[in-house]
Amino acid sequence: MRLFDLSHLASEVQWTMTGVAIALVIASITWRLLKMRHPERDYRELHLRVRTWWVIVGLFGLAIALNRTASFVFLAFVSFLAFKEYLSLIPTRRADHRVLFLAYLAIPLQYLWVYQGWYGMFIIFIPVYMFLLLPARMVVIGETSGFLRAVGTLHWGLMTTVFSLSHAAMLFMIRPTEASRYVPIWPSETGRLNPGPGLLVLLILLTQGNDVAQYIWGKTLGRRKVVPRVSPGKTLGGLLGGVLTTTLTACLLGPHLTFMDWKRSLMAGLIIGLGGFAGDVSISALKRDLGVKDSGTILPGHGGILDRVDSLTYTAPLFFHFVHYCYC
Amino acid sequence: MSRALRFAFFLLVVRPVILIILGLNVRRRHLLPQNGPAIIAANHNSHLDAITLMTLFGMSQLHQVSPVAAVDYFHRNRLMKWFSNEIIGIIPLNRRIGTQRDDPLEPVSKALAAGKILILFPEGTRGEPEELQEFRTGIAHLAKRHPDVPIIPVFMYGLGKSLPRGEGILVPFFCDVFIGQDFRWNGSREAFMQILSSRMSSLADECRKPDWETEDSSA
Repeated sequence: MRLFDLSHLASEVQWTMTGVAIALVIASITWRLLKMRHPERDYRELHLRVRTWWVIVGLFGLAIALNRTASFVFLAFVSFLAFKEYLSLIPTRRADHRVLFLAYLAIPLQYLWVYQGWYGMFIIFIPVYMFLLLPARMVVIGETSGFLRAVGTLHWGLMTTVFSLSHAAMLFMIRPTEASRYVPIWPSETGRLNPGPGLLVLLILLTQGNDVAQYIWGKTLGRRKVVPRVSPGKTLGGLLGGVLTTTLTACLLGPHLTFMDWKRSLMAGLIIGLGGFAGDVSISALKRDLGVKDSGTILPGHGGILDRVDSLTYTAPLFFHFVHYCYC
Repeated sequence: MSRALRFAFFLLVVRPVILIILGLNVRRRHLLPQNGPAIIAANHNSHLDAITLMTLFGMSQLHQVSPVAAVDYFHRNRLMKWFSNEIIGIIPLNRRIGTQRDDPLEPVSKALAAGKILILFPEGTRGEPEELQEFRTGIAHLAKRHPDVPIIPVFMYGLGKSLPRGEGILVPFFCDVFIGQDFRWNGSREAFMQILSSRMSSLADECRKPDWETEDSSA
């Protein structure tokens, strides 16, 4: 295919994406078969769900196939949509109009630090500078009624949708150093030159797979509820089964896609399994507080962006910092 | 020339801003009229309202849809006048009564006779962001003159948060659009305004509105 020069993408990443595409084809065929077998049942939701998955995987695949910048732009756009969705959900004040504008400017800047590989700025820009700047701007405007709620919700939203998710993009800039605590085991020559896509694909695959695994195990084994007041669908069986599945999958896929050995991959799987659950229920708690069922409507068949990236808001920073600790 | 400019403006500026930077969540899009003459009656909170409604119709219907706009505001200087007429394509409405002998609704009637889809804001002006004001009765006079023209009520929420009156910078928010069933002149001005009011209220009730505190409201 002369349109894309895929030589920058390691073969193991290309094969994994192909595998994902095949899984989607199977999902599409399954829907079609179900529709034919049971024409009286309504499979519209399933159809929309699978179709949206095609769009998401397609765009993501396109971004990583093109180049690093395309991937950063894609992920920055996801952060933008997530932050916008969050602000549209929560109560906001008219007085904070210009403060919110400033907050949005943090998005291109945060991803600029990623693009430049400026780790020091990437890690403090939102937790320190935006954290200090936004309340100061609010104080200058002077509307004190609702000040605490405004600063609290704004910072939490920025941290969750921008700071957390940007860790996924920063994976592209990870390069094992001499101070590495463990020996990197390169999956391929291209993987050694460009390890980022492999790490990102592993993160996304394990995170989404963890969601699915917890759901399936929950339906099969689950009885005792873990967080009944927040998410009545989550059971202990689902959680443990899902974490186990994710840990094992990570053990198998990790060394294949990334420079991690099987032990580190196993740990990463455990982290993603638990973190994914925590992220999922944290957004569920938010939705319950606000009295909404879906965070938005932008993804047909799924709901909103936050519904889709909730697990990622926890797994991205946890996975990044684990890899960073072990190898940098 | 200006038709090409208008096309380019809507395709390259308005649509990306309204659909990507802001983002619309539209309910019952199928209730929008395919052809004119028709009147869209919507609530008014922002300068973004008219162009958002025009975006709902798509590029192929762009030449058919026109907002009715007050000349005392939109013709207040030469640049605004050129922009409103040539790029947006407004139907001018002269709100100043008494000083002129002509019928202020004449350009509007002419546009309806020509089969256009008109956008009207019965509140008359942008109020406090996301608050519904009392409706002016001009729309009733118009409906009486054109009893066969359907009136489609539309309620929008979110644009008043993105670009409220008095602010110059745009803050991205998702915008909800609720389109209602059309109705026509029913013989009485009071009954007509009653129906318009109740339709808008029920559309507004469908909308989830997170607290939007303005300076006047208490904590």
